[in-house]
Amino acid sequence: MGKIQLRNVRKSFGDVHVIPGLDLDIEDGEFVVFVGPSGCGKSTLLRLIAGLEDTTSGTIEIDGKDATHLPPAKRGLAMVFQSYALYPHMTVRKNIAFPLKMAGMDKAEQDRRVERAASVLNLASYLDRRPGQLSGGQRQRVAIGRAIVREPQAFLFDEPLSNLDAALRVGMRQEISELHQSLKTTMIYVTHDQVEAMTMADKIVVLNAGNIEQVGSPLELYRNPKNTFVAGFIGSPKMNFIDGAEAAKHNAHTIGVRPEHITVGDGPWEGTVGLSEHLGSDSFIKVNVDGIGVINVRGTGELDIHHGDRIKLAPAGKIHRFDKEGLAL
Amino acid sequence: MSTHSTRLASRLMVAPSVLVLFVWMAVPLAMTLYFSFRFYRLLTPDRSGWVGINHYKWFLNAPEFWLAMGNTLALVGGVLLITVVLGTLIALLIDQPVKGQGALRILVIAPFFVMPPVAASIWENLFMHPQNGLFAALAQGLGMQPILFLEQYPMSSVIGITAWEWLPFATLILLTAMQSLSSEQLEAAEMDGASSFARFRYIILPHLTRAITVVILIETIFLLGIFGEIYTTTQGGPGSASTTLPYMIYKQAIIAKDIGRAAAGGIIAVILANIVAYFLMRGLGRNLDA
Repeated sequence: MGKIQLRNVRKSFGDVHVIPGLDLDIEDGEFVVFVGPSGCGKSTLLRLIAGLEDTTSGTIEIDGKDATHLPPAKRGLAMVFQSYALYPHMTVRKNIAFPLKMAGMDKAEQDRRVERAASVLNLASYLDRRPGQLSGGQRQRVAIGRAIVREPQAFLFDEPLSNLDAALRVGMRQEISELHQSLKTTMIYVTHDQVEAMTMADKIVVLNAGNIEQVGSPLELYRNPKNTFVAGFIGSPKMNFIDGAEAAKHNAHTIGVRPEHITVGDGPWEGTVGLSEHLGSDSFIKVNVDGIGVINVRGTGELDIHHGDRIKLAPAGKIHRFDKEGLAL
Repeated sequence: MSTHSTRLASRLMVAPSVLVLFVWMAVPLAMTLYFSFRFYRLLTPDRSGWVGINHYKWFLNAPEFWLAMGNTLALVGGVLLITVVLGTLIALLIDQPVKGQGALRILVIAPFFVMPPVAASIWENLFMHPQNGLFAALAQGLGMQPILFLEQYPMSSVIGITAWEWLPFATLILLTAMQSLSSEQLEAAEMDGASSFARFRYIILPHLTRAITVVILIETIFLLGIFGEIYTTTQGGPGSASTTLPYMIYKQAIIAKDIGRAAAGGIIAVILANIVAYFLMRGLGRNLDA
C-alpha cells in the first residue's frame, strides 16, 4: 500500500544543491518524521515526494511503482500544508469534498465520505461555515479532513502545527497520533520541533543540509546518536558537549552528557550556579563548572538551588563519546 | 483620540473641503436642472422662458435618443466584457515566470498612458484606414477588399478602440489580485487532483471576484462618459449610428447651441448613471464585503 522508496534522490536549484543525494525507505503504515533545523531540506524532500517539485535525478517509488515523473494527483498522496491552504470561498463541506468532486465521484458518495470525516474530526457542526469563521485548530482539522476523505496511500504533513498556540499544539499532536493509530496509513510528517518528532514518530529521519544524519526510532536516536549533530538535536534541554582534558579522560575528542544524566550533590565537577529555572516538575540549572565551562543540568523540581550557589555535579548516566569528526565512538 | 474637543476640531477642519465638494457638485447639478426646464438657445439669447418638460419630451420622442441609449449601453457592456475576459487571460499569461517579465508588463500596460484622442487617431489612421491602415494591407494581402471599419461597423470599432485603452487597467488590477493568491492553495488543489482548468475555475476565478467587481465598477463610471474616441473617429456617424448619450448632449449643446435641451439630456444621463449604479451595486456590491 503506502510503501515509499527514495533512491539516490537529488535536488538542485541552480547551483544550490539542496539535497545532494539521498536514499530512504518508508514502510507501509509507518509514521515517519523528518526533523532538522530550518533550511535543512526537509520540506523540499516532502515536496519531492508529493510531486510539487521535480527531482534533479534519482527515483521515487510509491507502492512499488516508479512515481518520479507522475503528477501530484496521480501519486495517491494527500498533503496538509503549514498554512492549511483551505479554499476561503468554499464552505467546510465543499473544502472537504473538493478532492472527491475533482475525482468525479457521485454526490451521494461524496456526502457520505464528508459526513464520516466530519464525525471523526468533530467538524459536524461546522460543515456550513467558511474557513474564515473557524479557529486555527478547526481549520487544521478541516485540512486533515480534506486529506483523509481521499483515502490516500500516504499522508504528508508539512509543519502542520506551527501556526497553533502551545496548548492547541499538544492537543492536535495527540489527535494526529490517534488518527494514525486508527487509519494505519503511512504518514510523513515534517517538523523542526524535536518534541513533535520524539512524541509522534515510529521512525525519525534527522536531516542536516540535505543529508540524512541518522534514521531510527525515537529512543534509538536518544540512546545511540551517531554523531554530535543528532546528539545535540534530539533531547531537550540540549546535550552538554565537553572537549579537552575532561574528554581525554574518556579517550574521546568530545564527550556528551545529557542534562538529565547529571546528579547534583557530590561529584567530581564543581561550579557556580548561573541561572536556575524552577518549573515545579523539573529544575533547569546552568552551572559554570570550573575548568569545563557551562553545563546544563536537569534536576528534580524540589531542588533548592539559586544563582551564585557553589554546587558539585556528577555524570550519572551514559557518557556519549565522539571522535574528532563528531562521529560516535 | 476622540475626546469632545478633538472631535469638534476635526469636524471644523474637514468642514471647508466638505463644503467645497458639496458646492462643486450641487451648484452645477442645480443649474443643469434649472436650464433643463428653460428655453435657452445661444443663437437667440433674447428669447427665454419656462418650457416645462418639453425638452425631456423632445428627448424621449427623438428616434436618435433610444439609439444613443442602446449605443451607450452597448459601449459599456461590450468594453466591460472584452476587458474583463481578455484582462483575466492576459493576466494569467504574464503571471507566468518568463524572461523579461518587467519589460513585458510595461508593454502590456502602455496603452493606458495614451490619451483617448491620440489612441483613437492611431487606430483610425494606422490600423483601420481603408488605404493606409494595417488591417487594409492585411485584407489586400489575403486578396480581400479592405473593410471600412468606421463606416460599416462604427459602434463595434469604437468599442474595440475603447477596449484597447481599458484592457491594461483591467489586466493590471487582475494581475495584482492573482499575485495575492497563495501558491499553497494552488498546490493543495493540484494535490487534490484538480486539472489546470479546474484550478482556474474553482480557485483562481473565485479569488478574482472582488477584483473583477472593482474593475467593473470603476470602468462603468468612466465608460458611461466616453466622448473623445467618438469625436475623433466617427463623429457619432454615419448618421447617428455611433452616437451615444454624451455625444448626443454634445450635439445639442455645441452644434445646435441649445443649452436647454442639452441640460435636459444631462439630467437624463445622470438618471441613467444612477440606474446603472443601482443595479451594479445590488448585483456586485456584496462581493466587496470581506
